[in-house]
Amino acid sequence: MRPSLIQILIAIALLLAPLPALAAALDDALARLAADSYSETEKAIGEITASGDQAALAILDAMANRRLFISAGDKSVYVKDGAGAVFEARTGKPVASAPADLAMVRLNNRLRGMVEASLGSLTLLSPDAGKRLAAAETVFKSKDEKLLGTVEGALAKEQNARVKQALSEARAAIILAKADATITAKTEAIAVLADRADRDALAVVRGATATPSPELNAAAEAAVQTIERRLYFVGLAQNVWYGLSLGSVLLLAAIGLAITFGVMGVINMAHGEMVMLGAYTTFVVQEAFRTMAPGWFDWSLPIAIPLAFLVAALAGIAIERGIIRFLYGRPLETLLATWGVSLILQQAVRTTFGPTNREVGNPSYMSGAFDFFGLSITYGRLWIIVFTLVVFFALLLALKATPLGLQMRAVTQNRRMASSMGIRTGWIDAMTFALGSGIAGIAGVALSQIDNVSPNLGQSYIIDSFMVVVFGGVGNLWGTLFGAFVLGVANKFLEPVAGAVLGKILILVLLILFIQRRPRGMFALKGRAVEA
Amino acid sequence: MGFTGRAMLRGVTLAAGLAIGASSALAQDTIKVGILHSLSGTMAISETTLKDVMLMLIEEQNKKGGLLGKKLEAVVVDPASNWPLFAEKARELITQQKVSAVFGCWTSVSRKSVLPVFKELNSILFYPVQYEGEESERNVFYTGAAPNQQAIPAVDYLMSKDGGDVKRWVLEGTDYVYPRTTNKILEAYLLAKGVAPADISIGYTPFGHSDWQTRVAAIKKFGSEGKKTAVVSTINGDANVPFYKELANQGVKATDIPVVAFSVGEEELAGVDTSNLVGHLAAWNYFQSIKDAKNDEFIAKWKTFTKNPKRVTNDPMEAHVIGFDMWVKAVEKAKTIDPDKVIETLPGIEAPNLTGGTSKMLANHHITKPVFIGEIKADGQFDVVWKTDGLVPGAAWSPYLDGSKDLVADWVEKKCGNFNTKTGKCGGA
Repeated sequence: MRPSLIQILIAIALLLAPLPALAAALDDALARLAADSYSETEKAIGEITASGDQAALAILDAMANRRLFISAGDKSVYVKDGAGAVFEARTGKPVASAPADLAMVRLNNRLRGMVEASLGSLTLLSPDAGKRLAAAETVFKSKDEKLLGTVEGALAKEQNARVKQALSEARAAIILAKADATITAKTEAIAVLADRADRDALAVVRGATATPSPELNAAAEAAVQTIERRLYFVGLAQNVWYGLSLGSVLLLAAIGLAITFGVMGVINMAHGEMVMLGAYTTFVVQEAFRTMAPGWFDWSLPIAIPLAFLVAALAGIAIERGIIRFLYGRPLETLLATWGVSLILQQAVRTTFGPTNREVGNPSYMSGAFDFFGLSITYGRLWIIVFTLVVFFALLLALKATPLGLQMRAVTQNRRMASSMGIRTGWIDAMTFALGSGIAGIAGVALSQIDNVSPNLGQSYIIDSFMVVVFGGVGNLWGTLFGAFVLGVANKFLEPVAGAVLGKILILVLLILFIQRRPRGMFALKGRAVEA
Repeated sequence: MGFTGRAMLRGVTLAAGLAIGASSALAQDTIKVGILHSLSGTMAISETTLKDVMLMLIEEQNKKGGLLGKKLEAVVVDPASNWPLFAEKARELITQQKVSAVFGCWTSVSRKSVLPVFKELNSILFYPVQYEGEESERNVFYTGAAPNQQAIPAVDYLMSKDGGDVKRWVLEGTDYVYPRTTNKILEAYLLAKGVAPADISIGYTPFGHSDWQTRVAAIKKFGSEGKKTAVVSTINGDANVPFYKELANQGVKATDIPVVAFSVGEEELAGVDTSNLVGHLAAWNYFQSIKDAKNDEFIAKWKTFTKNPKRVTNDPMEAHVIGFDMWVKAVEKAKTIDPDKVIETLPGIEAPNLTGGTSKMLANHHITKPVFIGEIKADGQFDVVWKTDGLVPGAAWSPYLDGSKDLVADWVEKKCGNFNTKTGKCGGA
């Protein structure tokens, strides 16, 4: 690799400056850390940053990542790397046997912010484009006037378009905050920030609307309006996205119920517990991965999906064969019996796994977010939407294009006719119920990623699931799909206006009014199937 | 079928009758202690632990020779997170089991539900959870924090230089009595400190709320107006986990917008991946990570008792340790378990807490406690970043609310829980 500018600069500095003096500055700074007081650490951070020492960057980086340690005995400072190996902070040399009395250098949020800003100022010229980008962002936030020269220097030699953009925005933020910058420079800075058009830019530009110069104020006002208009549309899109994401969760929870309740007509109050069983299966699978193959943790979800289906489907068969089949045609008894089953399952899980929440981790592809034209989209939610749609269409295919699906529809439409055609109706009932329950189990895998894995997990989804199925139209899978997304989007548009609690109440009231008008839901089945 | 069922029922009733008869015969040899914590339902997650702590403390006291020469006997009932059932179970403990004191309740709703029972039957309740204040009953001893022992110091810390000099506030809570009252007090306090009403945003979500996308986006928006912003969270129970997950997913870092929570402790964090939460705060009167000989001893005992080396300890557990110790000392001092005598003896009793201080029961039936602000660490424990100089006496009535600023609670001299200093009469505002 070509030596970067900062390395050359440091080399020159090392040649020019009397070496012992520099070393002494850093040593003094490190000695302050031994006091374990925030005010001393604050001074130390300033001094380490100012020391210009080669080791400063590594030390600050270790501090920010909680990998900087100090020995209580001889007050020397060490860096631990990710693997647990210990290095001398001063020289970067590995240490054969680390002192036993190492204590982490403690930071609070204010100091953490300082370290980040210092790191930003030191990594503006880093050879790594990702680091330069992060540095430009921290400078944008700190708006440190002293860094204007460095930012401009970095800007002049920057090749990467994204980093260049970030640097010019950071430069604009500094200029706008700087008292003695010219009006022309500031107006140009406003134009740069208006293009950025996010909340951070808005905050910076808004700060420039009350200056002594009327011409600058007008420019800033105009920029504020442009940014606000853009943010308004981004906000609308964001609400739609949140609505789709909530809708996909509702759909996932309700889709199994659309089979057991929608197709078979069984009011299964234990549906939520099938979801819970799926979530606990995920937990068990992840525990196995954690102990046996921690490196393959990302594969835990693909493995958990078929297992969760199997566990919930078997539980479903047991419930159908053991209880529900004796109660067909008696909805009230079914409701009470399955409610009892749900309580039994909850308490059984509580006794086996304990009453506290179990930790289900997010694989790397399920965490974090990315920026999409100003929308912040979280990976977890995105994958859940994709996953829900896959499950939905797979189910649709299973019902429409497989022999089992055909038999299911035959049995639900006319049981006696199907039976006389040679279909084992009892077995089909069990299979249908198993399919519905198994899909609830799969839903549990997805929900374990965004909700708590606790014995009560199912309870929070049972009402919503029934709501979706009834609203969409009982017996119609497409109705369930649209019902879920309509309820999700409506909820998310009401929530910012009315608040989460009132929003939910409003949705329920609207739903009741809707059911009054259309008792069979959005997509009512027509024809003889309705009477059967 | 019906006949055998009825016969069986009769048999069960008979057996139960015999059991009660047998236990009341035993009652002369033991002192009974009631434990009223939910072992099933939503609150089981938090309350089961408290039941176990009480069993451990009672077992330990029995090893030391019991109380007044008698063995202690724990009577455990399960109110199943069902608020009216709390009142029924409390009545059962006092009238049928004849317990001498009850340790129990978690949510404020459950406490409010049992209050009339304890008043009517004149028994003693030790309540171990931090709560909203605005209450002082003769029969209840509050060993958890009042708002001035948790909420107010936490806000003071955030306003200080080390806390980040916060200027804008989001008060985010679950929709029930504790967060609503606490937020009312905090809002009045912030306004009194000169915070503009536009710089305070209050939001409520239902119990078990799991879709935090909209609220977190709103917090992000509120925090991007150029002033340092913090979130004061009175979110209770399960809803915290998805809340923190969403904060991490949307990239809200503690260095930008710190969250200080009043209901998130070691136990709640046990089910969360904390690597993204580092730096967010919690305010409590106890943390497991506090180095003290008494605390180390307690943690070791707890791990042995539960046979689980990973079990964590938390603040309400410490409150029960202090409360139980105070009750034992009061009974020993009064030489009787008669509720009136014990209630009279309790104010002034001192007991060591687990963080190196000595807590004292005050005349208003609250205790003195130290206040700590802790930062979440990557291992789910807390690192104390700030603490009060000494112990803070719990205040039943907030001086920042109109209805309560003239009220004082004093069961020693005034024999009143809501004495109005303006009118000079007992009976509230």
